[in-house]
Amino acid sequence: MADGQQITLTIEGRQVSVAPGTSILEAAKQAGVLVPHYCYHPGLPVAGSCRMCLVEVEKAPKLAPACATAATEGQVVHVFSERALEQRKSVLEFLLINHPLDCPICDKAGECELQDYAYREGPAQGRLRDPKRFNPAEDFGGDVLYVTNRCIMCTRCVRFMDTVAQDTVLNVSERGDRAVIGVFEGKELTNEWAGNVIDICPVGALLSKDFLNKARSWELDRTPSICPNCSQGCNAIFETRDNQVVRMRPRSNTEVNQYYLCDSGRLDYRWMNRTDRVEAPLLRRGDRLAATDWDEALRAAALHLNGKRAFVLASPMLSNESLWMLSRLVEKTGGKGAFRVRRGPEAPLPGVKDLALRAERAANVRGAELLGFTKTDTPLAGMGDGDVLVIADHELAEADIADLARASAIIVIGTVLPETARQAIVVLPSTNMAEEEGTFTNLRGRVQRYQQARSGPGMSQPVWWAVGDLLTFLGEGAGHYTASETFDSLAQARPEFTGMSYETIGLKGQMMASNSEPARTIG
Amino acid sequence: MGGTRPGGDSSHAVHTKDEQYEPVFVGEMERELEELLTHYPTKMAALLPALWIVQNARGWVSEEAMTEVAERLSLTPAYVKGVVTFYTMYHQHPVGKYFIQVCTTSPCGVCGAEDTVRALLEQTGCRELGATSPDGRFTVVEAECLGACGFATPIMINEEFVESVNEGNVSDVLSRLP
Amino acid sequence: MGFPHKSHPRETPILSRYFGDAEARTLEGWKKRGGYRALEKALGMAPAEIITEIKESGLRGRGGAGFPTGMKWSFMKHGDGKPHYLCVNADESEPGTFKDREIMRWTPHALIEGAAIGAYAIGAETAYIYIRGEFTEPLRVMGAAVKEAYAAGIVGKNAMGTGKRIDVHVHKGAGAYICGEETALMNSLEGKRGNPRIKPPFPAVAGAFGMPTTINNVETLTAVPHILNEGPAWYKAMSHSSPKSTGSKLFSVCGNIARPGNYEVEMGFPFKDFLYDVCGGPPPGRRFKAVIPGGSSVPIQTMAEAEATLMDYEGFIAQGSMLGSGGVIVFDDSQCMVKQIARLARFYAHESCAQCTQCREGTAWTTRILERIERGQGTMEDLETLSSLSKNMTGTTICVLSDSCATPIISGISKFRDEFEAHIKGKRCPMGATAAA
Repeated sequence: MADGQQITLTIEGRQVSVAPGTSILEAAKQAGVLVPHYCYHPGLPVAGSCRMCLVEVEKAPKLAPACATAATEGQVVHVFSERALEQRKSVLEFLLINHPLDCPICDKAGECELQDYAYREGPAQGRLRDPKRFNPAEDFGGDVLYVTNRCIMCTRCVRFMDTVAQDTVLNVSERGDRAVIGVFEGKELTNEWAGNVIDICPVGALLSKDFLNKARSWELDRTPSICPNCSQGCNAIFETRDNQVVRMRPRSNTEVNQYYLCDSGRLDYRWMNRTDRVEAPLLRRGDRLAATDWDEALRAAALHLNGKRAFVLASPMLSNESLWMLSRLVEKTGGKGAFRVRRGPEAPLPGVKDLALRAERAANVRGAELLGFTKTDTPLAGMGDGDVLVIADHELAEADIADLARASAIIVIGTVLPETARQAIVVLPSTNMAEEEGTFTNLRGRVQRYQQARSGPGMSQPVWWAVGDLLTFLGEGAGHYTASETFDSLAQARPEFTGMSYETIGLKGQMMASNSEPARTIG
Repeated sequence: MGGTRPGGDSSHAVHTKDEQYEPVFVGEMERELEELLTHYPTKMAALLPALWIVQNARGWVSEEAMTEVAERLSLTPAYVKGVVTFYTMYHQHPVGKYFIQVCTTSPCGVCGAEDTVRALLEQTGCRELGATSPDGRFTVVEAECLGACGFATPIMINEEFVESVNEGNVSDVLSRLP
Repeated sequence: MGFPHKSHPRETPILSRYFGDAEARTLEGWKKRGGYRALEKALGMAPAEIITEIKESGLRGRGGAGFPTGMKWSFMKHGDGKPHYLCVNADESEPGTFKDREIMRWTPHALIEGAAIGAYAIGAETAYIYIRGEFTEPLRVMGAAVKEAYAAGIVGKNAMGTGKRIDVHVHKGAGAYICGEETALMNSLEGKRGNPRIKPPFPAVAGAFGMPTTINNVETLTAVPHILNEGPAWYKAMSHSSPKSTGSKLFSVCGNIARPGNYEVEMGFPFKDFLYDVCGGPPPGRRFKAVIPGGSSVPIQTMAEAEATLMDYEGFIAQGSMLGSGGVIVFDDSQCMVKQIARLARFYAHESCAQCTQCREGTAWTTRILERIERGQGTMEDLETLSSLSKNMTGTTICVLSDSCATPIISGISKFRDEFEAHIKGKRCPMGATAAA
């Protein structure tokens, strides 16, 4: 794609060509060189104030801030020359003189950019012989705790709230070395997107109160996944410790959520760790449900389904793979399927195109609708009398209870057994989305993969696996052994997914073919 | 640094925080603000002048006043506060009836500014920088270069600029105050 | 003109001629003294003509940077369809400098005239005079003068009946030295914290409100009407050493000297004569020890350097300092250099805007080290540290406040090292002075 307008420069001996207007720092990224920096962030306006990114440009008398200097033709840039290293070392020294030696008690340790660069390039000893500056910590509201002493005044948080969230609730107060980040009393960080300041803070100055003292960063396993708590489908990283999901952080995707997650999404992960789970297949024996093995339970379920229509109440939190298999069950038995989705207020992030906490608080509404499940506030209204009701991890509301009696039998495939469905004849334990891999389709028709972050309890299996085996028992022989294979069979059968595979979807997702209409929403 | 700002301790100050907040921008002052807004292409640019109107009317800029200014200029209170705390001259607490600033930067420093400060602290009853005198009449702070170096030592008493003050004529200067 | 003292015969009172003359403040009084002829003339010229004359004259910015004024004005592109702005920098806060204050409180109409000509030359219809908040009298006097100028139709929608619009607004600052930096001034004008901006973009491209802007110092603008009235050759002729320094300059003299005040001399005047003759020499019984010739941000001069200096931009550079704003701070032998340098560092620490790491932390850190040395608790290692920190604070930040803090430290340790060592080795101030605890 060589363009006559491109600018070619040399950074650390590597030649790279970039579009006009590209900063030296971004050009360096493209050349595979990371220029150390703090205040710069690709999603925020340039501040150029931390002075970490000063690089040596041949023939220029002063060091240039790489984030704020445009690349020019023929520039020769040194990031690791003696002059540049000396300058960065001095910036680190200045930052460290008042920065408290909190690493042993600071949550950010292990994922702290000040630690990282100080270890690599910082001074071994401090030269301060005077008392350090002290300021008390401050609760900013929301999930955010401000530990003033650790702040390096990079102002990423202020710029984020001002330009991306467009809710200027953070400021820089005072001047000189008395400067701190501040909120106005009574107007704290209750913005839905405020938690992002915690992620973008390079040091342990802005901390998550939810995550406070929970785990050390090096104890965490990290898995690329998707936030399932609304239909936006923000890309996320699930962080687990000892098989517990302890934190959700954003994973960057310029097509979906850029660098951000909303608070309602990121803080709602505790349900993934629930312990009141169905852990073994259960079979009704008289007035009790007794644990058994998969074969026996599936056989019993198939028996009940024989000759009957299956009405599937399918959670819109289920994966495409699971919903696909459920839709095949519906088709095989001539039945129907429906779902209800919880709704809440929408909260856009104004500075990013098409990003919001969506009204529909489930990950796969689009997938469910595409696969034939009807979205309605009264999902059981469509169930015929005498149908076998298959509840696929769907929550039951007060209004549903009356309809339950009309089913000839209830089969539950889910993570928990709802109180009001205790009359089920078969209960099959399923994994939740953190315990399996799969795909969701977001509200714009983007199919995205999520991966397994923790192991499911007991004998739980993904819904697509259970239904696949159930179909086998019903004479279909449709079982697939992997999520990927299941997806492939979906791609072969449904035009919206044609040509897609786990390979093509990768970790950034893929838009459905010829389809970017938003899913129709009720109201 | 330097005690140039009034200290956070307002135990000597006259408290008006418990009273009901009366808006500043009504009547005459509202008209003044409207006129000011015609001088600039943005509302935000009227912020410093608007804060001056508040301080001239009330003697200080309270958080309620910051909220009022913010609403008038379509800004957030946090933003206004960030601006107020940047500039030395806006008081964020009530101060004595006479707010006295004494320049002590080097050009005045070498001309006896420290002695002037000492004399003022003694004779006003303030005893320490930034504190308000027990009778509520005076607050004395140090200021950085007031731009009258050849007339050492200049002091400001509220908005009044007094040149050539030294420890010898402090009592004269103070006695002229009503 | 040596104000508040009588004018010295060796002065060249042009800008300062009417200091102390209360009648000069009024419009009538100013007109009687030749005011507004230059503006009338200018409004009949093309902007490019005016700029040529100013370039010819060699006028350089009098705020401290010394940038050629004509060249600065020529950066503004006429006919770009954007509103242009002139910002008058009346934020005078550089320690030692108090000339703009006098210009404004004695000859306000001189500034209005110069600003109006400048605005017209750069294609601006609006000029903001940014006056620091502490300048109560200049604010009052300028405010009254602007009112008079509007009432008489000199400025406003129809400047001097030419149909051209020139609006002049006085804008009051609120206490921040850094707002004297041109981009910080623009931010402050816009209602923001006075943070300097990264350049590029330069003000002539994107300045106040994102529009093309020129910023000029008060003294610079008040020279403009004289240049138009008398011609550039007249201004250029006032140059007795370097040809690159022309015209007269107001020097604000303060500190330990017999007659502190503002003095106006021609470029190239001998500094020794200036200090001992024109300003009256040291106070009785004392000798000069050191002088900072251009406001606290320029290097300290030893008396040997000062006495060899010819007062112009190049002359001060040749003698280890800079002309800067022309704020001459004189120290006699009763002063402790360590204490004074510590006090200057404290000034910069108070004024740092907090953006850049080196400045935010460095100004405060160097201040604390210096105060500790002054108290007698310093070590030789502290001198190494101060030199190293000063080096790291120079040429590495968005604006030069950081460099300005480093400058007195570097020149102080270099030229008065014995005083520092005496504090360290003797564990006390040899002059018995005490710094802030």
